[in-house]
Amino acid sequence: MRSTSPKTSGDGASDGRVATTPPGQPDRPANAPPDAPAAPARRSRLREPRWAAFAFIAPLLAYLTIFYAYPLYRNIELSLHDYTPRAFVMGNPEFLGLANYVDVVTSDAFGLALRNTALFTFVSIAAQYTIGLALAVFFHDNFRLSGLLRGMFLIPWLLPLIVSASTWSWMLNSENGIVNSVLESFGIGQINWLTSPDWALTSVIIANIWLGIPFNLVILYAGLQNISKDLYEAAALDGATVWQRFWRITFPLLRPVSAVTLLLGLIYTLKVVDVIWIMTTGGPGNSSTTLAIWSYREAFGTGQPEFSPAATVGNLLIVIALVFGSVHLYLQRRQERT
Amino acid sequence: MRPSNRAASAAGTAVLCLAGLAACSSSDDSTQAGSDTYTWWDPYPQHDDSSDWAQRVSACGDEAGVTIERTAYDTTALTNQALLAAQEGTSPDIILLDNPAVSTLADAGMLTTMEEFGLDTSRFDENLLNAGVVAGDAYGIPIGANTLSLYYNQQILDAAGVDPASITDWQSLTAALEQVVANGDEGITFAGIGTEEGSFQFLPWFWGAGADLRELDSPEAVAALELWKGWLDAGYAPNTVINNSQNTTWEEFLTGRFAFAENGTWQVNAAVEAEFPTGVIQIPGQDGGVAQTPTGGEFITAPVQEDDARYDVTSQIVECMTTPEGLVETANTFAYYIPSTQAAQEELLTQNAALEPWVEAVRNAKGRTSDDLGIDYPKISEALWTAVQKALSGSMSPQEALAEAQTNAEAETE
Repeated sequence: MRSTSPKTSGDGASDGRVATTPPGQPDRPANAPPDAPAAPARRSRLREPRWAAFAFIAPLLAYLTIFYAYPLYRNIELSLHDYTPRAFVMGNPEFLGLANYVDVVTSDAFGLALRNTALFTFVSIAAQYTIGLALAVFFHDNFRLSGLLRGMFLIPWLLPLIVSASTWSWMLNSENGIVNSVLESFGIGQINWLTSPDWALTSVIIANIWLGIPFNLVILYAGLQNISKDLYEAAALDGATVWQRFWRITFPLLRPVSAVTLLLGLIYTLKVVDVIWIMTTGGPGNSSTTLAIWSYREAFGTGQPEFSPAATVGNLLIVIALVFGSVHLYLQRRQERT
Repeated sequence: MRPSNRAASAAGTAVLCLAGLAACSSSDDSTQAGSDTYTWWDPYPQHDDSSDWAQRVSACGDEAGVTIERTAYDTTALTNQALLAAQEGTSPDIILLDNPAVSTLADAGMLTTMEEFGLDTSRFDENLLNAGVVAGDAYGIPIGANTLSLYYNQQILDAAGVDPASITDWQSLTAALEQVVANGDEGITFAGIGTEEGSFQFLPWFWGAGADLRELDSPEAVAALELWKGWLDAGYAPNTVINNSQNTTWEEFLTGRFAFAENGTWQVNAAVEAEFPTGVIQIPGQDGGVAQTPTGGEFITAPVQEDDARYDVTSQIVECMTTPEGLVETANTFAYYIPSTQAAQEELLTQNAALEPWVEAVRNAKGRTSDDLGIDYPKISEALWTAVQKALSGSMSPQEALAEAQTNAEAETE
């Protein structure tokens, strides 16, 4: 049973009257007998605030329904039907069940797209995280101009993607690109970065790593600020080397921040379309086509929008992201329990 | 439990309100706005409300006694917007559509035929009109057309001793490239990018060999792809063509290092302003003659309206935009669209005789969706550009790549 002491009257915060109740005044009707149990009265008052609370979250519910639940439902619906442009306008698509999924998964392009997606995502994230962490540690020892330099590392983040992706594709141009001209001056022959099936994926990964470093740097740097200096001092007194301090203090204490960074990075990277589309349009052939590019191409990349296969590939991507999201949540729970 | 029930209904009401708001605001943009306001969509966002183009559109509205509300979209966005609007029953009165999209939207049942609409299409060039014909019915009128030819750099050809008039077939073209490259310049640049532009640029060679889009793996098709691949292997064309868009190709040509560039009517002014003298020749067929080139350009189409009383005024607006003077003005506005009627073409040539090769090219040109390909074209085109990419990048031989393309195209269009 709840206490009726004035001190805990804050329990009823939802009735909005707490602030106006003078301290020391029991929060109950003036005409109630002083010895009456307070609980029933309290329960009857709770009912109204609860409903007000629901009214307050109604906008949120509406928002979630309109902008999350409905689009998701629609995406699933698109993927289960055959939405040709005609069916899209007439609203009479043929129900296909899982046929679209079967088509996508058994298609020749699927294996390559899945492999490309995995390579693109994991190599990008691993490199972004490693370089981002190295830079964060580097800038953590405040030195002269470190603020300015750190600011400059944010530039990739500030540029519109179309600008940075176009710049990368100029730099990697086979004939006139600056990268090849530098390589040639070292006696390395022309590399067809964007036009060779062996290099196209590597090129877009390099560009994507560059784009993702600032994000990792900023978050990990913020995480570093939260690690107490005392720990480092104590470790220094015990004679720990720089290397030991990193592996025994910095890295373990950054684990929660790292987990969030990696998870967000994963989701951002899985759905990358713009960088690849601008640099190679997924080509040559399909050699740099990821699942996200495939979905985009079906819906917007050809003369005739094919919404159903596009939604199918999109849903598969959502499932992949969900799997990793759940793994993250599971690991986090387990960590909290210990 | 009562409280949560009530809460649920409150939330439900809120959702309905919001949905209602959204519905209201979207119907504001629709054609129900008023009987004397007509809506017009086109893919020319570069022409704002104060431009000549916008002025002409609204002048045609004034002539028909109505106000035209014009909205410009990006080309690819326009097709999707049109589909969405048709689904909602809020189609505009007139849409200017990129020609391959006409059959897609006609097949979706959202366009009226020109016959229903009461427009006589006989004065328009048949080869141009055909791109908008589905099962014998014309669903739109070309407001102009553009196509591809070969631009050349006079200086480079002179230096290598090549006479452009001597280029009459693939063999003489390749010989010219060899001569130019031997002289230390670059040969030819074109766009082989993995989008519709890639197919658009490959088609003159594909058709020039006598190949048919229903048979991507024919020996003629293979010959066309081998021609491109051969140029790449011999160094007559740069490796960058695999990823080039038509704009990039043009930028490469403007550097002055390339003898030839395959590009379109829209670069006529840019070619005159280039820092070197330029000229144009028709793309040759494999064994001589002029290759058929694909037409580009927009069609005026009229989406189906619930209130068919609106068609009268709409057809007046369309008539007004497609008079010979109107077509010539359109041609000049877009520097250059070749008009789609004989009369307007002659009128344009009296104003600007230098456009002669382009008028000839357009008369020879062919719609990509012609030959009853219709809505199959986009699928075939995707298979084709993928094959071009695979062959040029060396991951497959032209033969293998086209065989795969044919299998994919058949699977997609059956």
